[in-house]
Amino acid sequence: MNPDSGAARDSRGLNRSLRDRIGEWIFPTKAPERGPVILSQRRVYILPTRAGLLYALTLVLMLIGSINYNLSLGFGLTFLLAGTGIVSMLHTWRNLAHVELRAGRTEPVFAGDRARFHVLAVNPGRIARLSLAIQFTESDPEQFDVGPRSETEVRIRVPAPRRGMLRPGRFRVGTTFPIGLFYAWANVHLDLACLVYPAPESGNVPLPDVQAASGRGAATGRGDEDFAGLRDYHAGDSPRRIAWKSVARGEALVTKVFAGSVAAAELWLDFADTPPALGIEQRLSRLTRWVLEAHQGGLRYGLRLPGRHIELGVGEAHKTRCLECLALFQPGDS
Amino acid sequence: MPATDTLDPRRLAALIASVALVMAPHAARVPLWTTLFCALMLAARFLIGWRRRPLPSKTVLILLAAAAIAGVALSYRTLFGRDSGVVLLLALASLKLLEMRRIRDVNVVIILCYFLTITNFFYTQTIPTALYSIGVVWMITATLVSLQHATPVGRLRSIATTSGVLLLQAIPVMLLLFLLFPRVQGPLWGLPQIQHSARTGLSDSMSPGTITQLSLSDEIAFRVQFESTPSNVQQLYWRGPVMWDFDGRTWRTSQPVRLSVWRYESLAPPINYTVTLEPHDDRWLFLIDLPASLPPDSFLTRDYQVLSARPIRERRRYDAQSVISYRVGEETLRGELQQALVLPDGVAMRARALARQWQAESADAQEVIQRALHHFGTQAFVYTLEPPPLENDPVDQFLFETRAGFCEHYASSFAVLMRAAGIPTRIVTGYLGGEINPVDGFLIVRQSEAHAWTEVWIDNQGWVRVDPTAAVSPLRIQQGITSAVPETDPQPLIRRTRIEWIRQMRHAWDAVTNSWNQWVLGYTPEQQSRFLNSFGLPRIGWEEMVVSLIAGTGLVLLGFGLTMLMRARRRQLDPVQRSWTRFVDLMARRGLVRRPAEGPVDFTDRAIARFPELEQKLRTIAALYIRLRYGERSEARDLENLNLEIKKLA
Repeated sequence: MNPDSGAARDSRGLNRSLRDRIGEWIFPTKAPERGPVILSQRRVYILPTRAGLLYALTLVLMLIGSINYNLSLGFGLTFLLAGTGIVSMLHTWRNLAHVELRAGRTEPVFAGDRARFHVLAVNPGRIARLSLAIQFTESDPEQFDVGPRSETEVRIRVPAPRRGMLRPGRFRVGTTFPIGLFYAWANVHLDLACLVYPAPESGNVPLPDVQAASGRGAATGRGDEDFAGLRDYHAGDSPRRIAWKSVARGEALVTKVFAGSVAAAELWLDFADTPPALGIEQRLSRLTRWVLEAHQGGLRYGLRLPGRHIELGVGEAHKTRCLECLALFQPGDS
Repeated sequence: MPATDTLDPRRLAALIASVALVMAPHAARVPLWTTLFCALMLAARFLIGWRRRPLPSKTVLILLAAAAIAGVALSYRTLFGRDSGVVLLLALASLKLLEMRRIRDVNVVIILCYFLTITNFFYTQTIPTALYSIGVVWMITATLVSLQHATPVGRLRSIATTSGVLLLQAIPVMLLLFLLFPRVQGPLWGLPQIQHSARTGLSDSMSPGTITQLSLSDEIAFRVQFESTPSNVQQLYWRGPVMWDFDGRTWRTSQPVRLSVWRYESLAPPINYTVTLEPHDDRWLFLIDLPASLPPDSFLTRDYQVLSARPIRERRRYDAQSVISYRVGEETLRGELQQALVLPDGVAMRARALARQWQAESADAQEVIQRALHHFGTQAFVYTLEPPPLENDPVDQFLFETRAGFCEHYASSFAVLMRAAGIPTRIVTGYLGGEINPVDGFLIVRQSEAHAWTEVWIDNQGWVRVDPTAAVSPLRIQQGITSAVPETDPQPLIRRTRIEWIRQMRHAWDAVTNSWNQWVLGYTPEQQSRFLNSFGLPRIGWEEMVVSLIAGTGLVLLGFGLTMLMRARRRQLDPVQRSWTRFVDLMARRGLVRRPAEGPVDFTDRAIARFPELEQKLRTIAALYIRLRYGERSEARDLENLNLEIKKLA
């Protein structure tokens, strides 16, 4: 177990639902904020932790003992500890105040994986911010430090059970540093989103038969030999296929297209080809699997969904477009 | 996950070290088994963490706890006393270490450490104790900080600094709380009977050797601050227990009889002073000779002893007023005088005979007294700290055989002689002399200044003090005990020293200790209101204290908070930069956003291209800014003009 998960510990505690409710009351869920979010002093909230309450109770006992036994040093110690507690509240608060948070890049994931959101934490001040933690309601807290005048990229993993656009919504950035008696937090709603592709179906689901619609069919073979022309470069095209000669002439990036790859296999992945009995999600899963396999196999494939279709294509960018389409498919589209 | 992983070995070591530091001062006081038990538990916990072994099972822990409880019950016969409570807490805290399965348990152990720190103050509250405790609290807090560090431990220095900064910043709050928190006079509930440790000091009985023993002790009996120090400060008689009953060897106090009104005739102005009395577990308060007014919670007995309502178990400070030259007790009751004449049968027969002879030859009591004192002064009596032992009939043996003794010998035999001669006499014990500390001007009276003298009752004069020791050794009265006894007699080493710097050091340290006692340990409710009144705040009540406490703490926190805020925020831009930023923002509102890499010249060019009608103004602004920012010379008015131009643009 992580010995230092102060924030983690407390946000899991009893206080959590209370804090959530208070947080909701003070900060009703609002639209995400664009641009960097600065945790101004007014946004930072603070409450004692369970350990803080225990500490306070102990101080009361020590005070009573000091009165009863007339212990002057007992008063001194009790008051010193009380002062430490109060000052630690300021330290906890300033550990969070004026940190800037910005949404970072996000990579799509498949349903069932965990989405990884990146948040850039910037510390503009002269003091180090230690043991901060970012946590979505459904994620584990992610601990990080930000040195003085520097920034840290925090990676937060959130379960992505369903396909679609995953918007984790509001997260809480909190800290219990330095001595864990107080928990300071702020609710931040950055414009974070992660595309979740359907989970590829597992098991034995062979690709549908290759169609010989164009007439050239399988006879042409799979070779990359027959140069068919040039097209604009798309992200994801293999570097081997970039027309480097034209690049050298100072022209824009173009990708060479070969007849062989065009003719090798012309595959339509059609929603209608999947058994309706599976249900929509399962069918999308199967299509996802097929897209991945077709891409793997270097096939030229297209995607047909009710109300949408993607023309035949190859390459990384094409695959991404297909997966995006599957992820965002709305059954009502048909 | 295995329970041993709660803490990594380094954090665990820090925690165990904290616990050990907290427990160490108790080691010498608690029963041996407790020390061994705690040491064993700590060592076991450390090994378990180091070797990554599992923690002991619940059954083992319950058995150990039961053993500890049984041990306490056997050692103290109770579980609920103060001392037994401390031992129980120590044992259970060390067991809690072995039951530390979650981070929450670690917190409990640390907070328990804070609590255990205070238990040490039951037994000692000296300056070294305070310093040690601060060190311990620093260590505990550092351990707590290390638990919060997300990063692996390694930045020990940063952890120690954080902990130190917290404690340093806590000090202003602590001082405010200490001074202004409304104090309540304890105890809130009955103090448990504390086992009385044998304390040195006067007692309610006196036999040969009692005071001689005290004279070897360097312990401080009380300190006195005079309103104006009298010149004869060494010759002030501090009245303690007064003894009436004699059994042939030992004098004893009698039942205290309360005196509600006492009449005296003062022959000199009274002196005012404040006594800080060290605890002595008995009820008497020491005042000079005849008290003129009494400290609170005390009463006067018929023999002018001042008794406190409760035994003095803590250092106590009281104001007092005394007269040193007086006539008192002329109207003493016959019964009382009768009691002051009683002698036990069959003892001191030779002394009685001598006294009766003096009585027959003298005209009045005064003459008998003079004869007796003359007898002591002329008959080769020796004043010594090492008198030969006295056996069956101490008075006769001392008067006619050994003739060597200390003040109690002289007082006792003189009283017997007087009583035999029909003069009512009683023994007064107390202190005589003392030493003025040149550093702070306090008079320090030590146990070694303990003394015994007598009071005789004479018609028309009342009770008169007679100090027979003065007849034997005038030096004792005039210059104190050190010069009065032979060099070879054993005496506290430190008092004998004539080395100047040692004496000075001793005085300085004593003055520090005294201030500590007066201001820190003696900060009682009474002292608190006295202190607050000294600021000219008349009669400050607890409401005012709470209000000023909150206000003061608020101010301190505000100060810290603002400083922290400054350090937490982006560095404030300088004025020129701020003006320029304002200009850029202004242009952005008009739809022209400065590109990140665009300098003032390029940006202005672009702005002019976009808003040709503003060309003149934009060029002025750019020129001013460039001069202020990059120019070798810029005029003071440039910034003003820049701001003016920008304002016009808006």
